[in-house]
Order: sequence, then C-alpha cells, then structure tokens
Amino acid sequence: MSQILEHWERSFNKLCDLLLNSLTADEHLSVELSGEQSHFMRLNNAKIRQSGTVIDGEVSLRLSHDRRTAIASLSFTGDLEVDSILALDALQDLRKELPQLPVDPYLVLPQNYGSSREIYAGQLLAPDKAPQAILPMVQDVDFTGIYAAGIIIRANGNSAGQRHWFATETFCLDYSMIAPSEKAVKATLAGQSWIPMQFQSQIEESKSQLQILDCPVKTIAPGRYRTYLAPAAIAEITTMFSWGAVSESSIRQGGSALAKLREGKTLSPLFTLRENFSRGTVPRFNTLGEVAPEEVPLIIKGELANTLVNARTAKEYGVTSNAANSSESLRAPEISKGTLTTREILKQLDTGLYLSNLHYLNWSDRPSGRITGMTRYACFWVEGGEIVAPIKDLRFDDSLYSFLGKNLEAVTDFQTFVADVDTYGGRALGGCQVPGMLIRDFTFTL
Amino acid sequence: MEFDLHHALNNLTLDAEWVGLRQVSEKSSTRYVRDGNPEANHKSRTQGVMVEVLANGQFGYAATNRLDPAGIQAAAEQAQHQAIAAAPWAVHSFTTDVRPKAIGQYTSSLQQPLDAISVSELVGLLTQVCETLKVSDKVVQTTAMAQTVETEQRFVSSNGSDVHQHFFFVETDYAATAQDGSVTQKRTDNGQLARCYQAGVEVFDPVSVLARARQIGEQSIELLDSEECPTTTTTLVLAPDQMMLQIHESIGHPLELDRILGDERNYAGSSFVKLSDFGTLVYGSPLMNVTFDPTVPGEFAGYAFDDGGMQAQREYLIKEGLLLRGLGSLESQTRSKVPGVANFRATSWNRPPIDRMANLNLEPGTSTLDDLLRDIEYGVYMESNRSWSIDDYRNKFQFGCEYAKLIENGQLTKTLRNPNYRGVTNQFWGSLVKVGDRSTQAMYGTPYCGKGEPNQAIKVGHASPMCVFSNIEVFGGAA
Repeated sequence: MSQILEHWERSFNKLCDLLLNSLTADEHLSVELSGEQSHFMRLNNAKIRQSGTVIDGEVSLRLSHDRRTAIASLSFTGDLEVDSILALDALQDLRKELPQLPVDPYLVLPQNYGSSREIYAGQLLAPDKAPQAILPMVQDVDFTGIYAAGIIIRANGNSAGQRHWFATETFCLDYSMIAPSEKAVKATLAGQSWIPMQFQSQIEESKSQLQILDCPVKTIAPGRYRTYLAPAAIAEITTMFSWGAVSESSIRQGGSALAKLREGKTLSPLFTLRENFSRGTVPRFNTLGEVAPEEVPLIIKGELANTLVNARTAKEYGVTSNAANSSESLRAPEISKGTLTTREILKQLDTGLYLSNLHYLNWSDRPSGRITGMTRYACFWVEGGEIVAPIKDLRFDDSLYSFLGKNLEAVTDFQTFVADVDTYGGRALGGCQVPGMLIRDFTFTL
Repeated sequence: MEFDLHHALNNLTLDAEWVGLRQVSEKSSTRYVRDGNPEANHKSRTQGVMVEVLANGQFGYAATNRLDPAGIQAAAEQAQHQAIAAAPWAVHSFTTDVRPKAIGQYTSSLQQPLDAISVSELVGLLTQVCETLKVSDKVVQTTAMAQTVETEQRFVSSNGSDVHQHFFFVETDYAATAQDGSVTQKRTDNGQLARCYQAGVEVFDPVSVLARARQIGEQSIELLDSEECPTTTTTLVLAPDQMMLQIHESIGHPLELDRILGDERNYAGSSFVKLSDFGTLVYGSPLMNVTFDPTVPGEFAGYAFDDGGMQAQREYLIKEGLLLRGLGSLESQTRSKVPGVANFRATSWNRPPIDRMANLNLEPGTSTLDDLLRDIEYGVYMESNRSWSIDDYRNKFQFGCEYAKLIENGQLTKTLRNPNYRGVTNQFWGSLVKVGDRSTQAMYGTPYCGKGEPNQAIKVGHASPMCVFSNIEVFGGAA
C-alpha cells in the first residue's frame, strides 16, 4: 500500500500546489480528492459471478471569485503530467463560467481550519488469492454476496493553506447464506486486516444460524405486534435520519420528518442519537475542509439537541455550523445503548416478531415521520420467549414518533457496528454503531 | 495526444481467448437554483476504459482511468489474472458467443445541441422557474435543477467489434414545497427528476417550462387545503407518471434474469418469477402488453448495442398478459436458457455490465380519457410518484403519490392529498381493467435505478398510457 499511497499523496499535493499557485489574488479555491484502488469479487451460490479491479480517482475544484462559485470535477490518475493539464483546463473553464453566474448570497469561502494526515494501513488478501481464501469454506452452503477490498482515499487542500489526507485500506465481505426456504443469514465481515481464523469463526456461526431458518415459514397476518429490531434493522432505520430528517436546511425548508421535534414533540427518553467520529472510520473533514467536532449530540433522551448544519446553511440562517457535509447527512451515527441484555431479548419480547433486517425503507408520509418497508432475511415468530418459525415477509408502515416514541420499550445493552457497504460511484467509508430495540405495537400492513 | 482505442487493443501483449475494451468519456453539467439563488453549478468530466478478458471460460475485468499504453496493458494483465484466479470457481463457463462481433453506431436524436443555450441563459431560466413556482407566501421552498450529459462510448474487441455510441441526455426537476401550519405538501414536475430524456436544449422551451412551473406551484397550494385520500378498496386510475414507477418496480425488476438466477440476492433481491414461468405465467390481465424497446427516439435509455455487443431491438416481454421473455443479456440467456434482450449495461467505464432495464414500456390500448373514467362510479386518480417500497421478491409493494383526485360518477372531482396504495404484483396486474390509448400516453425516466454489487445507478426510460385497476387498497397520510 505504501508505495501507491505515497505516489498518490505526492501527486495530489503537487497538483494542489500547481493549481493554488496559478490563482489570482482575489480567487479562492478548494481542491477535493476521492479515490480508490479496489478489488471486487461477486459471488453467487459459493461461486464467482464476476471478478475485477477498479482504479479510479476524481478531483473536484471549487473556484470562488467575485461572490460567485462553481465546481469542476475531473479524473485523477496520479500521473501529474496528465492531471495537471486537465486540471488547469478545468480551472480556466471555471474562470470563464463564473461571470455568467448570479451572485451567491450564501457563498462560503475556504478557510484554514487546520490540517490533518491519517493513514490506516491494512493486511488484505492479494486479489488473485481471494477466491481460494474464501470459497472452500462455504462450498456446502448457498453463499451469495460481494468481497470488496483495497485502498480508499479522501483528501482536501485549499487556498487558505489547509491540507487534509485520509487513506485507509479495508475489506468487506458482505454476504447472505441462503436456506432452501429462501430465508437467509445476512452478515458482514469487515476490517483492515484479513484474519483467516476470524473469517472461519464467523462462517461457522452463520452456518449454525442457518439451521434454524430451514423449517416451514409461518404467515403472519397484518396487525400490531411486539417486535424486536436487531441492530442491522436499526441500521436501516438510522439511514432514514440522513434523508430529510436531521438536516437543518431540510427542517427550515419543509422537508424534514423531524420538524415536530423542533416544535417540542419528543421521542422516547430511551432514544439517543449522535455523530461520533471517535472510531476513525471516516474523515472528520467535509468537502469544504471543515473539521467536525469528535461528537455531535443530535437527539438526547428523545429531545432534539442539535441538527446537522453545514457552513452554507449556517450562513443562510445565521446559525452555527457543526461541519456537516453538503447534504447534512449522518457520517458517523451512533445510537446509545440501553439495558436489555442479549439473554433477555426473547424473554421480554415474549410473543411477537424478531426481525434481523429491514429492507427498502421509504417515507410514506414524511411530515408525520411515517416509514414503510419490508422485513428481510432472518425474521421469526416468537411465542412465550421461544423462536417458533421464520416468517413470510411482512410490510410495516409506522411513524417514528410512535416506534421511537411511546412504543420504544427497551434498548439493548450492546451495540453493533454495521459497516456501510455502499459502492455507488465508489466504496463508502464508515458505518453506524447501533443497538437492538424492543418495540410495542409495531404496525404491519401487508 | 488523443487516446486511440483501436491502437490500444492492437498493442496489447496478452495471450487471451478474447479481449474487449470499452471506453467511456462523459461530460455533464448540473445547474441547481433554490429560492431564486444559485445552489450548485457543477461541471464534471470522467473518462476511462474497462478491459475485459476471457480466460478458461471466465471473464475478468480491470477498469482504469490511465489512458496510456502502460495503463491499458497493466489493466489487461490484471483482468486476465482475475479471470484465471476465478475460473475454477466460475458460476458458468462462458465462450465468445456471449461477446458477438458488433459493428455500428448510434447517436441520440436531438433538435438543438446542448451548447445551444449559454450558462447564463439556463441559470436565468431556472431562476425564473423558481419565481414562477412561488405562487404564494405559503410556498416555502422552490427548486429548479437541470442536468445535461454527453456520453461517448466506444467498444472494440479482439473478435472485431467496433461500436461507437454518442448519447445526449437532459434531466430536469422543478419543485414547490408549500406549508400551512402543520401541513406540508410538495409538488414536482411529474415526480422527482422524472423528466429525463435523450434530447437537446429544446427541452428548455420557456413557454412550456414556465407554464408547468405555475401549475406545480398552484397545485402545491391546492394540496394544503384538500382532503386526505380516503382509506378504502376501490377503483384506482394511475397517470403515466406513476405508471412509470409501477412498471419499473413490479415488472422490470422481477423480470431481470440475473435476479432470477440469484446474483442479486444479497443486495437488490430475487424475484417471485421462476425460470419455468417464461411462456406460461399469466402476469396480468389480457390488456397488458409490455415491451423492451431501446429504439424509441428520445426515450431515456435508447441505444443500438448493449455493453456486450448485442444489437438492441424491440421485444415483447409480456403479450396479452402472458410472460414471454426476460430482461436478460446473452450471459444470462446462456445460463438460464430463457429468451432475453440486449440489456447488458454498465453505469460507466468503472463498472462491469449486468442485466438492466432500458426502455420498458406498457403499450397503449384503445380507451380515450373519457372511456377510462366514464364507468367509474367511485374511485381515486393518482399522479406523480413520491414514495416507493417493494419487497425483495417484488411482490408486496406500497407506493405513494403527490396528487390525487376523487372520481365520482365518471368525473374527476375533489383534490386529495397524501394518496398511497398497496398491493401484490401478480394480483395487481390481474386487476388491470382498462388501458388508455396513445392520447393518454407519456414518457418519463430516471437516472437512479440502483442495482448490482458493486452498486450501479443507471438510466432507464418508461412510457405508459393512463391505466385503470379495480379493487385496490388506497389510503391517506398519518393522522
């Protein structure tokens, strides 16, 4: 990793220098880099469907001048000769474009918030060794998913003198182990070093969980049920907070499901949500180079404490930025633990539904906080504290003001880190740290 | 020096059964105005090459943005290593039959080139759209977004393929959010980013754009004081801008052969459709005719060849309600022995192709708008998608719309807000009782059809007439 990284870092810094040195006195520039060198291996039924590598980088130039701003993005190859020609062309193009744009009243100019350099080296499988390392162990099961591994880079430099460099080497094996009933054990093994014993142990655990799915599926009628949502299901719900919820601008502009919290409504005192960057899985700097506090409390014991505010929103509404990203979405969410022990989960659930995962969530009525979605993978009917049978998939439709409000009965005394396995455009960083939750009267409609 | 793909292919030193190079160069611009102020002005250029190599019956790939001989050679060697390492574990042993020799060209049909409007003119129009959307102080947010994309794609291979396709796309989105006390309603231009076409800047005709903006603004206000959609089981009439979503989620995805073959089970999901259902499954009522058609001029996902080199042509997937053909590329057709289509598509140079929708259309029937409504004593008409969710087998869905009207005695009467409906795919399409004629048809698209591992968001187009469904569960928002 070190040679490639050193080369890219050197090349990015030289490109930044070149661009910044070419600015006139009244021009302001931020240079952002997002890059990766990845190996992807797609698996179906313990066989390989597709396998390959991707080397990709994109550099974005944000030029501001005369109260106007515009962005140009272009490929970053690491070859300074190639990149500098493209980048200088793009900068020239931006100069021609700016006078054609109206004045931006909420323009945020780059500042120097301090520089940083973080590098997390890992021990990954060589791409051509990955099949042999993974597949022999799963030949007796229907094993489907993706192995993704390699270097991810985020960097930033600006005309105020600030530089950030974040590089991490990670892998993620995101898989479903599927029973003949078509129900599945869904799991993720992610980290910075591939440890064969850890892989073996997790696969064995998944195989043992698979056995319980291999019995007849029970159909549950729509209605309201006591429901346990395991951490992976809570992780799905957590993603909804990034989509028209905790963003300050969305609250101000009529697009947030949490507007009622601003008006004084509360969720359960058992519910606490914060941004917590202390795990170091994502960079704390945003695309403007602002550095977020290590912790941003958002909802504390059911009450709205803060929203996510970026510098642009801060300027528009006269509030303080907490260095949120451009979409004011969660980057390092954590939901606090409670007191429900693993041993007590089924006992306290008593009779109801145990849901390992939820799928395809959407707002069914955003201002009311109503979310619909499906159960998926390993979901069970429980009676008298005992698992009875896997269930036929159910659709839920319920308001977060209910299921995270008066109907939130307990929160587990443990949290699980659910890695973000998103690879749209590029491999995502980070994930969320969440517990499981026991809900009264969770509403199922279909 | 200009990068020459043929030269790059011919200069490769590689002992392989087959090599293909797919170069994608894309220029895009995004102009976004909120409440009359510039929110984002972004231009983007990306270019790179996807190298595919066939070795021992397995394709390996390597994508690079290093467009020089050393970069392409290194990528080809990596792709070959991937193929060789994966071959003992391959899901299927492929031959060059799934990469036929393809020669041809394609250019999007457009009336005016993308550079026929200046940056200041376009941003000026979007600013005017915001002003027009704000029909009242109760409109608390107005947005206007326009995206133009020019994509040039070349595909050459060791068995003589030489395809050049040149695409021009325009995507627009105009929206007004209105608020009165605790009621908030958002209205858009036929659904979020639904107006996606292969087109030029003729799309920005100010008369048409501003007339639509005015109606969007007015309807956002109209919704504030309207009644909630009733909770009942009734006749449902769907406008083409909601039919788009209905077709996409409950016909398109379940018919993708790679889902049925299990490739997507860890991500997007599987399908209730089995391989044995092709030729036998009654998917819906006899009024249902669905085509895969990348040849429709102006529709968002048109092309002449897919990314494996298969020539695109119009095919019936469902005819008179009977399922005939899957959305499966040559690779999936070989694996499944089910007839498919030319739909092996990748988002860009940095992703391998997989089975995707392209243009997937419900063919018009014979009913005029009056015919569709005349016999409905009581029902609900819905427009413009705002919420979508369906299970991983594509059975149980729940969709929400922006705007609805009550239908009473064959007439559209009161406006309704927060309309939703739910159903199960096969039953729902069996309830299709009337299909509008060409006069009720409209064409839309989306750039955000998500699928695949690694993930890919791709462009799809859908055209549909207005349709009537009987006995559908409809309901409104939360109390």
